[in-house]
Amino acid sequence: MLRRTLSSRDLAIIAPYLWLLLFFLAPFLIVLKISVAEIRIAMPPYTALLQFADGAFEGIHASIENYLLLIEDSLYWKSYLSSLKIAAISTVLTLLLGYPIAYAMARAPATWRLTLLMLVILPFWTSFLIRVYAWIAILKNEGFINHFLLWIGVIERPLVMLHTDFAVYVGIVYSYLPFMILPLYANLEKMDPSLREAAADLGCRPMKVFWTITLPLSRAAIIAGCFLVFIPAVGEFVIPDLLGGSSNLMIGKTLWAEFFNNRDWPLASAAAVILLLILVPPIMLFQRYQSRQTWRVG
Amino acid sequence: MNRHLSFFNWSSILLGFAFLYVPILLLVIFSFNESRLVTVWAGFSTKWYGSLMQNQGILDAAWVTLKVGLVSSTVATMLGTMAGVAMSRYGAFRGRTLFNGMIYAPLVMPEVITGLSLLLMFVALSVDRGAGTITLAHITFSMCYVAVVVQSRLSNFDRSIEEAAMDLGCPPTKTFFQITLPVIFPAVAAGWLLSFTLSLDDLVIASFTSGPGATTLPMKIYSQVRLGVTPEINAVSTILVGLVAVGVIIASLVNKRHLARQGKLV
Repeated sequence: MLRRTLSSRDLAIIAPYLWLLLFFLAPFLIVLKISVAEIRIAMPPYTALLQFADGAFEGIHASIENYLLLIEDSLYWKSYLSSLKIAAISTVLTLLLGYPIAYAMARAPATWRLTLLMLVILPFWTSFLIRVYAWIAILKNEGFINHFLLWIGVIERPLVMLHTDFAVYVGIVYSYLPFMILPLYANLEKMDPSLREAAADLGCRPMKVFWTITLPLSRAAIIAGCFLVFIPAVGEFVIPDLLGGSSNLMIGKTLWAEFFNNRDWPLASAAAVILLLILVPPIMLFQRYQSRQTWRVG
Repeated sequence: MNRHLSFFNWSSILLGFAFLYVPILLLVIFSFNESRLVTVWAGFSTKWYGSLMQNQGILDAAWVTLKVGLVSSTVATMLGTMAGVAMSRYGAFRGRTLFNGMIYAPLVMPEVITGLSLLLMFVALSVDRGAGTITLAHITFSMCYVAVVVQSRLSNFDRSIEEAAMDLGCPPTKTFFQITLPVIFPAVAAGWLLSFTLSLDDLVIASFTSGPGATTLPMKIYSQVRLGVTPEINAVSTILVGLVAVGVIIASLVNKRHLARQGKLV
């Protein structure tokens, strides 16, 4: 068969492989290491894992104190729970909003479809931060929605929307909507219309066709889309920070504060390890679906 | 078959796209507002763009962002293309599962974790933090996006033309540059553009991996947004959104022409 040429083939594997080992996997091991260290006032602000005295190895210094603190302090487990809750609710909302859009796009005339697809992908390319920022002016007390509602006389004083959980939901749904629409559209567009037609010819009502044919056939895409929204939403920082209130506890925000404001690196590391453990099952499931199902980004 | 959209489908598309675009549109419109208030229209003015040009902090940040973006997207495209080729062409090599895992995991990994872990490693290795470390971090997550885009292009690629070239005695490396790369070029270009915009956009990972003296545009915007909404931020945002929109539209036109030319050839 092929002559074994060491050069190009091996380089194509080794270069990205080494890069990811060094800059993706190794950093996690360091997080793991620091999560069992103790905070100290120095640079770096944590104790070493391997203790040396006069050049001789003295022992391993590891403590599970940070993990115990994460379990004992209600701030942390409340953060994890509320992140999961907010991410789950937003995922459902994104699906409810994204499905009809993807469905309509897939049914649109072929000449339109590429343009519509392009229009879905375009916001995905524009800055996430800017898109979240745009909502501040819409939701705030003197914002566009309140101006409009006051003007038509539905309300007498401004509704408080910014810095509430409502704003966080809006922000997540808005930011992640393209991630939901793309896999759904790719699936619905490829679906053989003759199945629906056959059902309709045999007297099946449109709603029943949808529930018994279209929806079950798009199951894989629904799952992929939900994972693509849910997993990053759990660790979201920008949206709860800019749109959520000070009482909003999402773990991304808590971790950021622990790191930048309290400068407790070991505790922040332990919080990151737990967050990762929570996300491993959905990430593994997602990868299994991903390898079975291919959909294109752009 | 009946291809007319029902009323429900029409309204889904209209409302959906309104939801996606109205916020950005409002932001753009109010960057041209005369007044300092960003929600009350007081007349057309480009003065915020003028004051932007005088804002040294923002200009410096823009320059750092541009440098980081250009370098990181270029390196990420090279590494990511290699990874994409390895994933779709080299079958089951040793450590394949771990490799796949390391390609897909960064796509969904919370940014706070990626940022924190990279920072802790840079500190452990006592690397000086700044634009260089941000670039390394951006290469790492961008290359995974490139790998996925390139791999998906290669998975529906007619391998017989590669095999034909090799049967005629073309060495593998030459086959790649003469046959494979030109065909998958749109995907590679899309990967580059995606990497560039991801880098341009990143706040969280840059905040973790940056050191004193290196502030990127998103970090600058973020610190100003925390103080309140100003027309100046609307102006920067408008420029960024405009640049990306123009880039994506040009890329898709090039892609269309490329596909048309290939269609003619086959």
